[in-house]
Amino acid sequence: MRVSPSRAAYLRGLRDSIPFMVVIVPFALLFGQAAAEAGWSLAQIMGMSIGVIAGAAQFIALQLLSENAPVLIVIVTALAVNLRMAMYSASMAAHVGGAALWQRALLAYVLVDQTYGVAIHRFALPPPMTPAEKLGYFFGAATAVCGPWYLASYAGAVAGAAIPAGFAIDFAVPITFIAIVAPALRRPAHLAAAVVSVAAALALARMPFGLGLLVAAGLAMLTGAGVEMALERRR
Amino acid sequence: MRDAAIWTVIVVVGAGTFLIRFSFIGLLGDRRLPPWAGRLLAFVPVAVMPGLVAPMVVWPAATEGELDAPRLVAALAALAIGAATRSMLAAIAGGMGALYLGLWALD
Repeated sequence: MRVSPSRAAYLRGLRDSIPFMVVIVPFALLFGQAAAEAGWSLAQIMGMSIGVIAGAAQFIALQLLSENAPVLIVIVTALAVNLRMAMYSASMAAHVGGAALWQRALLAYVLVDQTYGVAIHRFALPPPMTPAEKLGYFFGAATAVCGPWYLASYAGAVAGAAIPAGFAIDFAVPITFIAIVAPALRRPAHLAAAVVSVAAALALARMPFGLGLLVAAGLAMLTGAGVEMALERRR
Repeated sequence: MRDAAIWTVIVVVGAGTFLIRFSFIGLLGDRRLPPWAGRLLAFVPVAVMPGLVAPMVVWPAATEGELDAPRLVAALAALAIGAATRSMLAAIAGGMGALYLGLWALD
């Protein structure tokens, strides 16, 4: 099936995703700044922001590399965080499965939290969109999300070195992680997973090769899923 | 050596992340994720990030691993504001605000 993305839908996707800039820009600025501070070259910072486009995984890789964790552990941990995107992929396949391979590859490249979230929400609203409209809408959303991500990473990398030490920018990284997770903690299963993650990570901090975090994350995932299933059964 | 490590991470995580995103759209087609896998994956961010952050909060690098009151308070403020408002930006602003306030008060 040949599908050419709809122009009107592209503009709608673009417009619907502009509010995300409020989150994307500071986050990318901070990544560029923190990586420059850690001694990364501009090429490395942009290589990461363009090649990976996943804020949490980028910060995790940056942090673990700064702690001199082994490369294999850094890779496994960063990819583990991005595994959630397999869910996005599975749910998008039903909508865009008929598009050309290159269109699906491009869509996969820009399948990030925000583009997925805004698109899946819109696709569920009436009236039903055609495959061409869905593609157009998604690429519009991706333009508004990924463009600012690249530009703000660059700005952070270039201008970031000018931020004086008194701003305690070292702590912006943990604060950002907390800010990503905190909104989810109102759900009991997520709260339980987070508590186990913190307790186990602190208890296992001396495990070699940064393995403590991976073990803690595994325990926390099982806890979250277990609590969720127990709550569902009780209902 | 360090440069090589950074580039290795960039290339492998970039390629791996693309394959994760492409998995069902491009390779597996309309097949569905098994329910147990979907359930576990939904908990990945909340399972990894708190564990990553906890040591940074309890043993901050900037104070050479000494527990630091302004940083601890800032982390708790970000947590509370994020959970209450469900806004990532409000949590960042509140956390950094609390940090500056604490550092200034103890100065």
